[in-house]
Amino acid sequence: MMRFMLLFSRQGRLRLQKWFTAISEREKKKIIREMTTMVLARPPRTCNFLRWKDLKIVYKRYASLYFCLGVEDEENELLALEIIHRYVELLDKYFGNVCELDIIFNFEKAYFILDEFLMGGEIQETSKQIVNRAIESSDMLQEDDHSEWYDVELFG
Amino acid sequence: MPAVSKGDGMRGLAVFISDIRNCKSKEAEVKRINKELANIRSKFKGDKALDGYSKKKYVCKLLFIFLLGHDIDFGHMEAVNLLSSNKYTEKQIGYLFISVLVNSNSDLIRLINNAIKNDLASRNSTFMNLALHCIANVGSREMAEAFASEIPRILVAGDTMDSVKQSAALCLLRLNRTSPDLIPMGEWTARVVHLLNDQHLGVVTAATSLIATLAQKSPDEFKTSVSLAVARLSRIVTSASIDLQDYTYYFVAAPWLSVKLLRLLQCYPPPEDAALRSRLTECLETILNKAQEPPKSKKVQHSNAKNAVLFEAIALIIHHDSEPNLLVRACNQLGQFLQHRETNLRYLALESMCTLASSEFSHEAVKTHIETVISALKTERDVSVRQRAVDLLYAMCDRSNSKQIVAEMLSYLETADYSIREEIVLKVAILAEKYAVDYTWYVDTILNLIRIAGDYVSEEVWYRVIQIVINRDDVQGYAAKTVFEALQAPACHENLVKVGGYILGEFGNLIAGDPRSSPLVQFDLLHSKFHLCSVPTRALLLSAYIKFINLFPEVKGTIQDVLRSDSQLRNADVELQQRAVEYLRLSCIASTDILATVLEEMPPFPERESSILAKLKKKKGSSKLPDLDDSRRTVNGSSEHAEDTEAVNINVNQGPIHTSTDILNLNSTPSSGASLLVDVFSDMANPAPTEGSEDHFPRFVCKNNGVIYENQLLQIGLKSEYRQNLGRMYVFYGNKTSTQFLSFSTSVTSDIVLSSHLSVQAKPVDPLIEAGAQVQQILNIECVSDFSDAPVLNIQFRYGGTLQNIAVKLPVMLNKFFQPTEMASQDFFQRWKQLGAPQQEVQKIFKAQNQMDTDVAKAKLLGFGVALLDGVDPNPANFVGAGIIHTKTTQVGCLLRLEPNTQAQMYRLTLRTSKESVSQRLCELLSEQF
Repeated sequence: MMRFMLLFSRQGRLRLQKWFTAISEREKKKIIREMTTMVLARPPRTCNFLRWKDLKIVYKRYASLYFCLGVEDEENELLALEIIHRYVELLDKYFGNVCELDIIFNFEKAYFILDEFLMGGEIQETSKQIVNRAIESSDMLQEDDHSEWYDVELFG
Repeated sequence: MPAVSKGDGMRGLAVFISDIRNCKSKEAEVKRINKELANIRSKFKGDKALDGYSKKKYVCKLLFIFLLGHDIDFGHMEAVNLLSSNKYTEKQIGYLFISVLVNSNSDLIRLINNAIKNDLASRNSTFMNLALHCIANVGSREMAEAFASEIPRILVAGDTMDSVKQSAALCLLRLNRTSPDLIPMGEWTARVVHLLNDQHLGVVTAATSLIATLAQKSPDEFKTSVSLAVARLSRIVTSASIDLQDYTYYFVAAPWLSVKLLRLLQCYPPPEDAALRSRLTECLETILNKAQEPPKSKKVQHSNAKNAVLFEAIALIIHHDSEPNLLVRACNQLGQFLQHRETNLRYLALESMCTLASSEFSHEAVKTHIETVISALKTERDVSVRQRAVDLLYAMCDRSNSKQIVAEMLSYLETADYSIREEIVLKVAILAEKYAVDYTWYVDTILNLIRIAGDYVSEEVWYRVIQIVINRDDVQGYAAKTVFEALQAPACHENLVKVGGYILGEFGNLIAGDPRSSPLVQFDLLHSKFHLCSVPTRALLLSAYIKFINLFPEVKGTIQDVLRSDSQLRNADVELQQRAVEYLRLSCIASTDILATVLEEMPPFPERESSILAKLKKKKGSSKLPDLDDSRRTVNGSSEHAEDTEAVNINVNQGPIHTSTDILNLNSTPSSGASLLVDVFSDMANPAPTEGSEDHFPRFVCKNNGVIYENQLLQIGLKSEYRQNLGRMYVFYGNKTSTQFLSFSTSVTSDIVLSSHLSVQAKPVDPLIEAGAQVQQILNIECVSDFSDAPVLNIQFRYGGTLQNIAVKLPVMLNKFFQPTEMASQDFFQRWKQLGAPQQEVQKIFKAQNQMDTDVAKAKLLGFGVALLDGVDPNPANFVGAGIIHTKTTQVGCLLRLEPNTQAQMYRLTLRTSKESVSQRLCELLSEQF
């Protein structure tokens, strides 16, 4: 199973964190720190896999963002790499040429999309069409209900 | 600020995020956040009821602040309120907040559970999915308790939507990992297996994940999944005509599902049914064939997905380890990858070959790639790839190539990354020892290790070389000569001084005949290093000097002068000072004979498993270490017969099958060569007590060794010894699975009464147990006064992400502290009469549970701890015994008499001791044994 997925920038700023097992906040911070330093220190054109404690770390860089997946020993590294890719595709489809800012400003969407795709550390739905349809239909629901109160939106 | 792209924009949130991004300093950011927190707090506390949208927005802001790394201590209640909103968007944010900020606040959990319950019952698939996601994200025990029965029902209900089925399957999987005890197998399991036939590939994928995990734990329950999985796999892999539509990923048919199915099949041995087996073989062959076809796309996604399936197929082939043909093909395929231009593939090929090297069918085939692997070690730019190459060289090493591999590793060591040096040192040390035909090579190799990477040579390594030199007299002269030469280097590592000091102290006489290494030269050489060394090394050198005084009387004066010098006799370090004083006195007052006796050559060390190997396993942590000693991987899962389980256990302890002799167990002591473990488990080879592991406790009343506990994951063996009121228990924890146990910890607990009578002290235990490995823990036991309860051994570890708790009653009983007492008939009767008071005698008449056999009864009584006294009882069929129970505070004499009545199938047991409680307890313990 997957244990966590992290998205961070080249500067090591965390953009998304998804934990599939219950661990303490302290432990999370430690892992985030170790992952960012370890992955950012890797020279270019090295392989996408690392070993860290009892986990396999699979990471890949897309533009300014690093996607980093911690998976258990029996997981298939190549497919983990493709899980990252499929997630990028889903984000891309939703935001249209996704960039780091989309994920910063719409972080909750990034989490919702991830939730449609992965669950409990396993892949839930591999079909891009089905995931997209699910996300679009939930957006439809949102558009339906916000029409009445969108006007009252005020800053603060 | 970019335009919010879709859905409902929360403008306030976007403004806030934008503000934070514009903060120039950390302080400014904290200030902005505090302002926002104050604002949200006042809104939540305000008199005016917030509408759903505002609530959602503020909760979302809090979530953002939390994800930035700040603490959030309010807003949970508002988030919980959102859960019961009818508006999807509010509910969704509520659930997201709860999932990210799990709070173990039990009041809230009840409210959350309530909302989840409502959503699960709503029959609205979107709401149900949100609720299931929340359960999977939080995964707490309270949630498992609340929904453990509901989720399987949703999963197998006929009218459940596909997407809900997927969520339910994975939710159940998550709960099973966190609280397996709450998810009992049931009528639903059979129906879950049938989801493998579902029309919807998404459902099949999720179900396969679930089944693969459950099958690892209870293979029998899911046996029927094998044929379904093979059928499904075959349809995906072999029939090109089926269009899988969106489940085709870059021209590869359903790679995720294929890999999951292949993983599920790895829970089982090869199918016995011939047709099924050949269908599976056909699948595997097709996958191997496809690797040779030209790619259908240049995209890396295509080749990754295709190769992912290929690697998983190879993993299954290696797991089955039964088709030589497939194994060799797999090996050739990996051989191709070794030279692939993709670094990822080279890395994976090296990793996969490591496991292949341990199969007897493919070991030779793997060996043919040795040159490629060596060149990878020399030329790969990526340290993780080089590390895999080291692992593979280690795994493929055998007698035929050991010299080459050790030499290559040594030369790589000179430039190796610091992070992996220690591991390479350990590997070289193990290989050099294991495959040494000629021990001079072994000594040279270790000295080279110290020369090249002295800082990374741990104590285990240099202790070991000394043990081996001491145990093998054919290498002692050579070792002395070699260390002597090595010490002549102007700068040599302190570890070399240690080894040199020890070896010359023991065997310096073997080279003393040569004037170039005369006693004085040897001494001067060692002493020239003295002042550069740390305290422990100096202490070792002082011991070497006193050994010299015994070996070479002619340098006695010189050495005494050194010992007498102020820098020694008044050394600030207590240990050094004490040694100097004592050695000096010893050399002055003891006669030559006494000196020779005291300073005699060290006796051979008892042989057991190399501690280096243990160290390497520990160091390697979890990463897959190809274990030279259990080269044949055991079939995990599906041990349908008790014999299978036993075969597994024994396999773990036995040597490799393809390497015929094991040098770790030196020939000098072949009988004790086998490690302690084998002795422990040999006990259980005769009966078959693997099942029903709950109560093995009574079986230990009359014996000290055996298996006390066993389940599908763990086996616990004991070996114990007692002397007077003290005992020592060796506990062996065997990992029966193919996954490691993490955070392994144990504790021994006694209740208050017991702890004042019996003290049990546990030595620390390694927190990690490798797959198939065993670790040992020592318990020191002291009996303070007589007792009747037993301490409990609590074991905790992580297996596959879930925490396992096991409690085992430790078989420490009062009778373990018996000392048998022989006495004449007359004495016996005299004491028997003395112990005649009513409270001193306990008698019990009971029915025989087992066949009444004289020899068995005798063995049991002896095992119980008393001496059997012949010729005391006028009736030769009766048994009479005597012993003393030793406790710290007192000793209790004990006499017993056992009268079998074969006709009635009854026994009468009479015990007389000076203490009522002792009589009672011993009677209880012994009467249950017949």
